[in-house]
Amino acid sequence: MASKAVLTGTHFMNGDDACCEGALAAGCRFFAGYPITPATEVAERMAKRLPDVGGIFIQMEDEIASMAAILGASWGGAKSMTSTSGPGFSLMMENIGLGLCTETPCVIANVQRAGPSTGLPTLVAQGDMMQARWGSHGHYEIIALAPSSPQEMFDFTVRAFNLAERFRLPVLIMADEVVGHMNERVVIPPAEEIKLIERKKPSQPPGPGYLPFHPEADGVAPMATFGMGYHMHVTGLTHDERGYPAMDAGSQAQMMERLMGKISRNRAEIDAWRAFGLEDASVVVVAYGISARSARGAVALARQEGLPVGLVKLDTVWPFPEEFIRGLAGQVKALIMPEINLGQMVLELERLAAGRCQVELVPHPGGAIISPTAVLECIRQTLKEAS
Amino acid sequence: MSQTDMAAPPCHPQDDLLRTDRIPHIWCSGCGIGIVFNSLITAIKKSGLNQDEVAVVSGIGCTGRMAGYIALDSFHTTHGRAIPFATGLKLARPQGQVIVASGDGDLLAIGGNHFIHAARRNLDLTVICVNNFNYGMTGGQLAPSTPFGAKTTTTPLGSPDEPFNFCALAAACGAVYVARWTALHIRRLTTSLVEAIHKKGFSFVEILAPCPTAFGRRNQIRKPVELLRMYHDRSVVKNGLDPNLAVIDFAGNLVVGKFVDRTRTTFLDNYGLVNRREAPDWLGLEHERLREEKARAGAGQ
Repeated sequence: MASKAVLTGTHFMNGDDACCEGALAAGCRFFAGYPITPATEVAERMAKRLPDVGGIFIQMEDEIASMAAILGASWGGAKSMTSTSGPGFSLMMENIGLGLCTETPCVIANVQRAGPSTGLPTLVAQGDMMQARWGSHGHYEIIALAPSSPQEMFDFTVRAFNLAERFRLPVLIMADEVVGHMNERVVIPPAEEIKLIERKKPSQPPGPGYLPFHPEADGVAPMATFGMGYHMHVTGLTHDERGYPAMDAGSQAQMMERLMGKISRNRAEIDAWRAFGLEDASVVVVAYGISARSARGAVALARQEGLPVGLVKLDTVWPFPEEFIRGLAGQVKALIMPEINLGQMVLELERLAAGRCQVELVPHPGGAIISPTAVLECIRQTLKEAS
Repeated sequence: MSQTDMAAPPCHPQDDLLRTDRIPHIWCSGCGIGIVFNSLITAIKKSGLNQDEVAVVSGIGCTGRMAGYIALDSFHTTHGRAIPFATGLKLARPQGQVIVASGDGDLLAIGGNHFIHAARRNLDLTVICVNNFNYGMTGGQLAPSTPFGAKTTTTPLGSPDEPFNFCALAAACGAVYVARWTALHIRRLTTSLVEAIHKKGFSFVEILAPCPTAFGRRNQIRKPVELLRMYHDRSVVKNGLDPNLAVIDFAGNLVVGKFVDRTRTTFLDNYGLVNRREAPDWLGLEHERLREEKARAGAGQ
């Protein structure tokens, strides 16, 4: 069964398919979803592949139901996921909040298209980045990864499952239409080389005194699931460590500290970025997802012109790598962010730069990727102004 | 094994399945949910199931709090989403028995879409709906069950909406077991719940329950006993009746009974068939091809 789940070898496949294969390699055995362009291919491949590895695929009546079903499946003991795009992502928001509050591991892939509303269903955008951070009501920490190639769709999906299992929360894969639909080489390693993390199980046997939401030293509580005999209660109401509803400010503070703390105290395991040519850079392009490839092209062209430019590619976009960017802002003259929206993640750069360096946005309203020349032009202009 | 302190002497026969450390409960005096809850616990015990393999899933509302008081694996989800949550729970762990217990507003207004599709798929779930004709927890607003003309806080002069017949809806969508009782029919209700739990597929039990605090007092049935007396005097048991004819008419008859008990293959049965390539030839093309072959063979002779 393992060999069927992990398609070891070199493939030519699109990002949506690679996302599906990453999930299967990570042990995903339950998928609930609803068709939506440009994420449909993830569901289609899951429908074909899951039965062969003993898993369940179900097409639900909408994205609300899909999100609820993957939470249920996770409490049934399965690694579960769904995939969607903008309108469906909006519908999932309430139950993403339930997943956060009940500390339920699962993965949601959002293959972004241009909005608002129905927008441009078949064309690229990165317009859901702030929705990923703040879309469900209330305050919370979330983890979101931004792949920029089919290979990263595979790799980051495996990582998304590992992070979900490790920290007990829904993890978002913030892909986009171009990454989802482009075909490229995808190398799937042998199963034994894919490092998997499984949720911690309680070491204490069922019985009086068991606290299902009592965190261990790392901030994460072991997870009992349906049928293990713990007879636990799980609620989206504010709850204490017994899992019981607790309607008071003190309990809210304690729960929030647990939900926030397990992320904020484990940033070393969560943060991920790659930096190129920062040593001599006075301007650094910070980019994520498909726009990181536009940025890479632009930086290569700028370097040919002898311009002192570096590149930071953000692999984990939420939580935002605050410490690193704050440090970077103190060393350079300017940070530039290209993104296929009219300014979302750039707000994080501005917040962290806090006036210590210039911050420039290369915006795009959606429907096409950003050309490297647009980023290059911004690099030239910024350097000219800075000198 | 329950989380209750087993050293303390039990003071209620259902203590072993109650989270006694959460009592007193939130339900008002005169509310019917406690009766249904007691009946459900009795039914779970009578069903003889391994209690480690029973999960109770609820949505939001007064009835939705049942999940928080039962000492089993229990899930209190978002408003209207108990059924899709239960869908994932059941499919990920098919050996488990999943019971959804929630109110009429939760299951059939905000959750109505999930209800009809789960019944259509014939997911192996037991769905229990306490119908108190209004949204009790938020203070008594219009529900999909509120009778035409009944007063609620959002229909102060009377509801202009026609209510659903939940049992007819469930049956039309494909439920394999459909019954309705009032909170007075405790023995029949418990029997129905045991049957529904054992039934393979989507089973649905509706219970008409009094809500004197939020609904009764705005509709001249302020005292709990008055509504119960109405149930007593006006309910008529008609087992086997076409659920389309099983009307809830407070001015006339409140028809209760077991209306549907039939067999259909479940979603998981069908999922297995399809993935073993054993699903039926739904277009009848195989039949057609055989007939043509036969005809050709006949012509050749």
